[in-house]
Amino acid sequence: MTDLAWIDLALTSARPQAMGALLRYFRNLDLAEEAFQEACLRALKTWPEKGPPRDPAAWLIFVGRNSGIDQVRKRAKHQPLPPEEVLSDLEDTESDLADRLDGAHYRDDILRLLFVCCHPDLPATQQIALALRIVSGLSVKQIARAFLVSEAAMEQRITRAKAKVAAAGIPFETPDAVARAERLGLVAAMLYLVFNEGYSAGVPERADTPFCAEAIRLARLLLTLFPSEPEIMGLTALLLIQHSRLDARFDADGQIVLLEDQDRSLWDHALIDEALVLIDKAIRHRTPGAFQIQAAIAALHARAATAAETDWLQIDLLYQTLERLQPSPVVRLNRAVAVSKREGPEAALALVEPLSEKLSGYFYFHGLRGGLLKQLGRYREAHEAFDRAIALASTPAEAAHIRQHLDCVQREMAAAEK
Amino acid sequence: MLYAVLCYDCESEINAWSKELDDKVMADLGAVNQRYAEASKLGPVARLMPTTAAVTVRKGATDDIIMDGPFAETKEQFLGFFVLEAATLDEAITFARELSAANPANGTYEIRPLQFFNPGVPIT
Repeated sequence: MTDLAWIDLALTSARPQAMGALLRYFRNLDLAEEAFQEACLRALKTWPEKGPPRDPAAWLIFVGRNSGIDQVRKRAKHQPLPPEEVLSDLEDTESDLADRLDGAHYRDDILRLLFVCCHPDLPATQQIALALRIVSGLSVKQIARAFLVSEAAMEQRITRAKAKVAAAGIPFETPDAVARAERLGLVAAMLYLVFNEGYSAGVPERADTPFCAEAIRLARLLLTLFPSEPEIMGLTALLLIQHSRLDARFDADGQIVLLEDQDRSLWDHALIDEALVLIDKAIRHRTPGAFQIQAAIAALHARAATAAETDWLQIDLLYQTLERLQPSPVVRLNRAVAVSKREGPEAALALVEPLSEKLSGYFYFHGLRGGLLKQLGRYREAHEAFDRAIALASTPAEAAHIRQHLDCVQREMAAAEK
Repeated sequence: MLYAVLCYDCESEINAWSKELDDKVMADLGAVNQRYAEASKLGPVARLMPTTAAVTVRKGATDDIIMDGPFAETKEQFLGFFVLEAATLDEAITFARELSAANPANGTYEIRPLQFFNPGVPIT
């Protein structure tokens, strides 16, 4: 690996800790980002000559902090109204710098950095974009491409999100146990959003969807910081299992391959094994949670050597547990799949029909309903359901998949008329 | 003499590798291993899962304490090992240098002569 490639990796890996600490110093996302950028530029100059520092994150925090302070002072000179309170905060941070660089705060620093991206006023897409920009350091261009918007539009979206976060005030007090648990829960949900954004992008090329890998990296980081949190184990396991199917989820033409039709030898079994270990570890804590249950369901699929060997009974029971914990029409819909395998399409349809109002705008609702109606030979209704689904498809692969169903239903209808 | 060559590196950096880079490093390390295996000098080789998959059992006052995570919180983590039959320490150092050359990361290889070695049985 070239010096530059190595430095790039070291900067990526040190980024959450360094950005987290700089955000604590400067209490301002833009200032922290500028300081980090400046530190990175200096690293690119210094590290190839002098060799890598023993602790890249500490180096970046130290250099970034100094350059950030310079910036604030320079601006203070030019501005008619100096931001007094910002400056006095800096004096304060300087005095106990040594104490703060020892890394004792780094856990809460990183959590805070992730937490500011999950502000409830931010819509999901803005949370995702902000996290990938601020925490992961993906370029605006990379993020824009994944969201299929122009770079300028994404830049604006991120700027707006930052302004919202700044206006809401970033929480700087060290959280107590309850607040920390709340933050952790919100951050876990946000990481799942990041993963899903990549997962449902429906693009088979890895290089274009770094979101999934990035979400896994951050989940593992979170688990390193909070090693005994069963829900973070569950989240990480869930992401690992879903990601393990990457090479099996699309065929050579980029068409969706359903779980039951996937070539299981294409699954990444190293990721699955790691997930199974994490689930084992989580279960020992005996505090079930939504991510753990979803991971356990994914694990039942992963453990089945063939689709026919899937333990649908256990999956049904786990979905029932999940429903008690977190009632939602989407969970009910997923449970209906397990029920259709165990008891047939009629029983599943009985579960699905009452959801029609709540899930009328949900692609998978109409897709599953169409599939069940098709199995029951109710082709005309199936056709209507698939029509609704195809109108709601968000990727060409999803639309193509429903198209196949529609073709099949039309053939059946034509055959029946003869 | 048998030597264990222990690989340490910063796990968070390895986690940031792309799948392509990871595959390439494993292939390059595999090529080094292959040469030593063909000379009947290489024993077991293992890559460990991330430390987040680890559990640690410690002796407690009344009962064993089972903790999530690795034994120690360190900047570099123990990531894998190789067992090598080498006539001299120099030979073991050469092997470690070849691994280091095949591995683009700034990992460290610790060479620890084995005092006792039970190769075990083939695990199915």
